[in-house]
Amino acid sequence: MLIYFLKRLGLAVLVTIAVSMISFMMIRVSGDPAIALAGEAATSEEIEFVREQYGFDRPLIIQYLEWASRAIRGDLGESPYMNLPVTQMIGNRIGVTMTLGVCALSFAVLLSVPLGVLAAIRPNTWIDRLALTISVIGQAMPSFWFGLIMIIVLGVKFRLLPISGAETPAHFIMPTIALGYYATPAIMRLVRSGMLEVLSSDHIRTAKAKGLRWGKILFKHALRNAIIPVVAVLAVQLGFMLGGSIVIETVFALHGIGHLAWVSIGRSDLPVVQAIVLLLSIIYVVLTFLSDLLNAFLDPRIRVK
Amino acid sequence: MKHLLEVKHLYVDLPLPAGMLHAVRDVSFHLDMGETLSLVGESGCGKSITALALMNILPPKAIRRAEILRFEDTDLLRLPDEQMASLRGAKMAMIFQEPMTSLDPCYTIGNQLVEAILEHQRISKQEARGRAVYLLDKVGITGADSRLKQYPHQLSGGLRQRIMIAMGLMCGPSLIIADEPTTALDVTIQAQILELLASLQREFNMGMILITHDLGVVARVADRLAIMYCGQVVETGPTADVFSKPIHPYTRGLLDCIPVPGKTRPGDKLGSIPGIVPTPIGDLFGCSFRNRCSQATADCIQDVDLLELSPGRAFRCLDRPEACRPEGLEVRT
Repeated sequence: MLIYFLKRLGLAVLVTIAVSMISFMMIRVSGDPAIALAGEAATSEEIEFVREQYGFDRPLIIQYLEWASRAIRGDLGESPYMNLPVTQMIGNRIGVTMTLGVCALSFAVLLSVPLGVLAAIRPNTWIDRLALTISVIGQAMPSFWFGLIMIIVLGVKFRLLPISGAETPAHFIMPTIALGYYATPAIMRLVRSGMLEVLSSDHIRTAKAKGLRWGKILFKHALRNAIIPVVAVLAVQLGFMLGGSIVIETVFALHGIGHLAWVSIGRSDLPVVQAIVLLLSIIYVVLTFLSDLLNAFLDPRIRVK
Repeated sequence: MKHLLEVKHLYVDLPLPAGMLHAVRDVSFHLDMGETLSLVGESGCGKSITALALMNILPPKAIRRAEILRFEDTDLLRLPDEQMASLRGAKMAMIFQEPMTSLDPCYTIGNQLVEAILEHQRISKQEARGRAVYLLDKVGITGADSRLKQYPHQLSGGLRQRIMIAMGLMCGPSLIIADEPTTALDVTIQAQILELLASLQREFNMGMILITHDLGVVARVADRLAIMYCGQVVETGPTADVFSKPIHPYTRGLLDCIPVPGKTRPGDKLGSIPGIVPTPIGDLFGCSFRNRCSQATADCIQDVDLLELSPGRAFRCLDRPEACRPEGLEVRT
């Protein structure tokens, strides 16, 4: 178990480093930061000055190492536009994104797991068809469009919910549904097919032959086995959600990390974009690591050799 | 005398896209305490479905009907599902063919051993654990205490089957159904597991239904046997009797397929039954074996009833026992 844990941890660290390198390079390649910083009317001398000032004239590898060594100590630089430390800018906004992420994931899990289980224990009935319909719609509909429809119907027409901002819990309802619904189909289908497979397996027949109660067969033996692959997919779905939150935060004017990323990309605010990419990749890696641990906890075949 | 288990005219139908599969057709037998009855037949002959029908754990769409289905004093046909569930695992236990997959990979052996008894009896966890240790010892598993903490994937097939047997015995059942308990095991282990089953059955005086396609297994442990073909019992009787004087052409064909020590010499050809087993879908009539039978006549398209030759000895063939071969096969156990 300890070896498994260390292996996964080592892998997580390596992935984080690789992502930070690749993202650093990609952002430099996407345009000359000095030109962007100096402004449209700048002369070539001014651009040259900015380039030297910010150290963009040095080799990429040196720039990266300098940035990385400061990032490790928690210093992500300063935004040249806002004249604020990047850590402070992110710190101000991370709460909104985290709230949205946790709410959306909970919504997705609470909707998809029960529906998937119901669909599996009553295959080819109306409840199965309903679950299928819900998942097909969720799969086919872009989340920003669904968000806009909700704004029009729930916000503008019936005035049930606020349409922008993050002041009250009510502000999070529509963004949560829009973002969470997007992750629902994959999880639900996986729960359904997993449950169907487990329910027809030999050890469920054993459990029946032992005369166990139906609830015990369903939850103790079937769901426990069916949920193992779902946990692994959850981490991937969360990754999609992090990307999706950039869109959703923009649609609902939630000032979170996603919104900050969108604005910063628009004005080539490199330190901020760089920091957000790093942060998202760390979140993703940490979640994957946690899902690996959870998987090991759930599945003794991983945990016990 | 009342039998431990009595089955009369049991039918099981399974609706399939291709039509109605008549998996079990008019199967009758009985079983007493301390007795072993073997259900013998090829794959798909309905022997496992018969067992599942007794336990009432058939696939959801299966239709079960019978004239009598009685276990001890309980009429299983009219028993509500909940009471049936409290009988399963408690008074009737079942052991399956695939020890590799019949245990839940997510829970320890100990957890799975005590789970049924905790469900069926008012007993403390400590007592249940004690019973599990006692039974693991009974089925020949050493170091029971540490085994309880292990997971199925850490154990070999033979060990898992021993655990399945111990699990079946936890609540002290009076009927044990073993569905091909040794088929998935390698030959040396097969003998041990059979020996174990037979000795435990004697010790606890249980009735045992042993389902198998292996006539060698039958010869070793069964008191009586019922040969099944295409969902029907085609011949039944005391093991030695059926082996020495087989009547039904199918039984004779089966016995021809196995080598007899001392009689079959190297280079001899073993018998085989031509053709394949028909699938019992749709409207069925006449003898199911007629297409593969060398003695079949035009009359064989008539339905055949089970004909009793003497008490407990019956067969399902128009051909009369005179036709049975004069020199019967010897039974070696």
